[in-house]
Amino acid sequence: MAVCIAVIAKENYPLYIRSVPTQNELKFHYTVHTSLDVVEEKISAVGKSLGDQRELYLGLLYPTEDYKMFRKLHNSFTDVMCNPFHNPGDPIQSKAFDGIVSGMMVQTG
Amino acid sequence: MESLTLTDIEQKYYSDLFVYCDTDNTKKVASNGRVLDLFRAAQLPSEVVLQITELCGATRLGHFGRSQFYIALKLIAIAQSGLPLRVESLNSVKDLPLPRFVVGKNEAEARHAALYQDTDSQGLYPASATAVIPRPPGRGLQNKKGPPSSTALPVHEVIQPLAPSIEPQPEPTSPVVSPHQSPPTSPHSWRKHKRQHSGGNADRQPVVAATGAVWTQFREPQAGPVPGEGMWPSHSPPPPGQESWVSFTADTPPSSALPAMHPSSVQESTTIRTVASAATTNEIQRQSSGYDDPWKITDEQRQYYINQFKTIQPDLTGFIPGSAAKEFFTKSKLPILELSHIWELSDFDKDGALTLDEFCAAFHLVVARKNGYDLPEKLPESLMPKLIDLDDSAEVSESTADVGYSGSPVEVTPNKSPSMPSLNQAWPEMNQSNEQWETFSERSSSSQTLTQFDSNIAPADPDTAIVHPVPIRMTPSKIHMQEMELKRTGSDHNHPTSPLLAKPPELSEEAKLPTSMKFVAANTVGDGYSSSDSFTSDQEPITRQRSQSGTSPEALKVVAPPPPPPRPHPSHSRSSSLDMNRTFAATSAPGQPQPSTIAFPPAVPPRPLPTQTSVPLTGHRGEAEVAPGGGAVLTTTSPQQIPQQPNFADFSQFQAFAASEQPSSLPEVDIHSEPGQAEKSSEGAGPLRTVKSDGQADERSSATVNSAKGSSGPLAPPPKPVRRRLKSEDELRPEDEQHGPQKSNVIAAVLATQPSIPRSVGKDKKAIQASIRRNKETNTVLARLNSELQQQLKDLLEERISLEVQLEQLRPFSHL
Repeated sequence: MAVCIAVIAKENYPLYIRSVPTQNELKFHYTVHTSLDVVEEKISAVGKSLGDQRELYLGLLYPTEDYKMFRKLHNSFTDVMCNPFHNPGDPIQSKAFDGIVSGMMVQTG
Repeated sequence: MESLTLTDIEQKYYSDLFVYCDTDNTKKVASNGRVLDLFRAAQLPSEVVLQITELCGATRLGHFGRSQFYIALKLIAIAQSGLPLRVESLNSVKDLPLPRFVVGKNEAEARHAALYQDTDSQGLYPASATAVIPRPPGRGLQNKKGPPSSTALPVHEVIQPLAPSIEPQPEPTSPVVSPHQSPPTSPHSWRKHKRQHSGGNADRQPVVAATGAVWTQFREPQAGPVPGEGMWPSHSPPPPGQESWVSFTADTPPSSALPAMHPSSVQESTTIRTVASAATTNEIQRQSSGYDDPWKITDEQRQYYINQFKTIQPDLTGFIPGSAAKEFFTKSKLPILELSHIWELSDFDKDGALTLDEFCAAFHLVVARKNGYDLPEKLPESLMPKLIDLDDSAEVSESTADVGYSGSPVEVTPNKSPSMPSLNQAWPEMNQSNEQWETFSERSSSSQTLTQFDSNIAPADPDTAIVHPVPIRMTPSKIHMQEMELKRTGSDHNHPTSPLLAKPPELSEEAKLPTSMKFVAANTVGDGYSSSDSFTSDQEPITRQRSQSGTSPEALKVVAPPPPPPRPHPSHSRSSSLDMNRTFAATSAPGQPQPSTIAFPPAVPPRPLPTQTSVPLTGHRGEAEVAPGGGAVLTTTSPQQIPQQPNFADFSQFQAFAASEQPSSLPEVDIHSEPGQAEKSSEGAGPLRTVKSDGQADERSSATVNSAKGSSGPLAPPPKPVRRRLKSEDELRPEDEQHGPQKSNVIAAVLATQPSIPRSVGKDKKAIQASIRRNKETNTVLARLNSELQQQLKDLLEERISLEVQLEQLRPFSHL
């Protein structure tokens, strides 16, 4: 299902983006950016519940299935962040991260 | 490192040595094995060698690349010439004699002799001692044990005199294999390089010096002057034999590099023998590398890594934070991306910090990468931090890798193979266990599971969930009261009671009694209706009594909770409570408190009665409350009523009576009873009983009296029955005495108004008393059963806890 996976930094630029090459990647990139608007919308709406990131995410996607996916992605993302050699804001170049993302994309679509 | 201009001779010499040391033919000489032997053979003080190693950059890189090796050799020559070790002097010193290496072959020979029993080389060595040390390796090895401090002698003095001196020594001390060097792989090569001992030695010395310099560079940028100048002259002879030496030394440098790392070894092996030993080591390492996993860490490497780890984190069992590790490895000059990848590989537990093992692994990977090895996609098994403690060593290895960075180019062969595997194995296991322990502790499985277990016990088996003393709300809250009332009004009041009455005889009264009482109490709190349900459920398994009692509080708390398991109507058959209820109902017909409490039990609609009687029996109610909770009194009656059909029948009679008697007052009574019940429930006095009784009473809309009796709460816990009895008695008494005026009036009125009532009252009294007795007996039995079951539960819990503890203890081993 995941034809495109992107990690967007705080500054709204993608730290990592990958899509199934069969599709029109650019379109996916646009979609990702538009999805940011939805995220922002939800963030502003739920401003009080600051720690409610997960819910926000779930609200955007199909809750059940992609929830697992998101968790996996998030775990690998935290692993990347834990790397002291990784500067936040740098594109994510972790092979492990790539591997996980590829696995997610492949297995789901 | 600075560019090194070498004369042709030097170039050739060095290349030969490099080839000699490059046992793995990787064009990178690991800082161990032959390199170290070679350096040792240079007969330079260990500090000098270290300094040379550092200067040439091998320490930074962790190994000797060709350039580092050459630089080291040159530095050795410089040192041997007695010139101060300066990087600048590399190119400035003119006419620098070639580095001379005492036949470290001795060491190699020693090892070789030990392994290969090559005595010829040793023999050759002594012979050629004067020459450029025919067999430096063996000699070097032997020399290690030989003149330890003699290395301080001027190099060329040393060389020559050492050669002879070395020679005799090596032979006798052949077994003196330089410890840090790997097994005597050199012998073979030594033999070939017999002629080139001198050259080899010369090579070794610079190599050793270089390694020393490399390492020392890593640690101390500047080494002291090297009295190696004297060695130079003696180097001239060696060149001819350099070729063989080269090949040999090329093999040795890597191994010698590592030995050079060891100050002691360097000191010992300043002679050519050192070089030889280094060469031997290299050979050995090379051989071993052939067998082992290329990613294994040698002992020397690991020791170095550990030392480096210590520089960052003195506690070997501690962690190196990510930032410190980042700085450390950034020194390796590897691209950040690669460092990032190395980090990903080595930070096994993904905690952002490196344990000793992780550090060693990371360092090793850096070394490998510096040597040109590609980083693996996955952490090689030999580098896996199987033990938490080992992870620390991994960090140490990282630091050592940094040494390599600062020092040599990718000369250090990725001696990931040798020796360390054993350590890795050992440590990984320890680490694994530690990790497991850590994870174990993190999970805190035992404690958590225990707690979970505890928490699960209750819900798991509600029937036996009397484990924790759940507060049972005996007195229904006002809300519950209202709800109960609503339900009562809405439901078929008689309905609940009838089945209950029908069932009680089926169930053991005793068992059911307490539970039913409790249940009723709970129900009364939650809902009169629910209490009736509980009664029905009480009739089901006796074992559920506890659960019922356990759930009763739940029921109490939750408005209309799932009806507790059927409570065996404890007192149905013999619950005097019912009788009491009846009695109370009869006696307390005017007594609102009783009926009000009775109203609590599920769907017991005695409210009307209580309300009816409550008005005139306000006083009575007060008394009832004074008594162990008037509500209790009331409720006692209800449970009595509910479980016992006859009681109910009585109640119905009462209801009818009450209805007929005081149709007008019913509403009042009901009203009164309800609030009265609420009050009583809130008081909590004999809540269960009262609740139950109320519930029972509720079932009978008109059975205000009954409810009053029901409030006696036959189902109340053991004490309650007593209370009930007391209550009932009190009720009776108060009715007679305190409320006598009122109650008696009311009762009298009631009785008077309904001639049938007196009879029923009398019957009720007896019935209630009987039911009370029965309830009490049931209560005691149930209480006993409850305690027994609780004890069993505790025992089981303890067993479970012990099993879990055992499991946890075994878990780490299973991981291993």
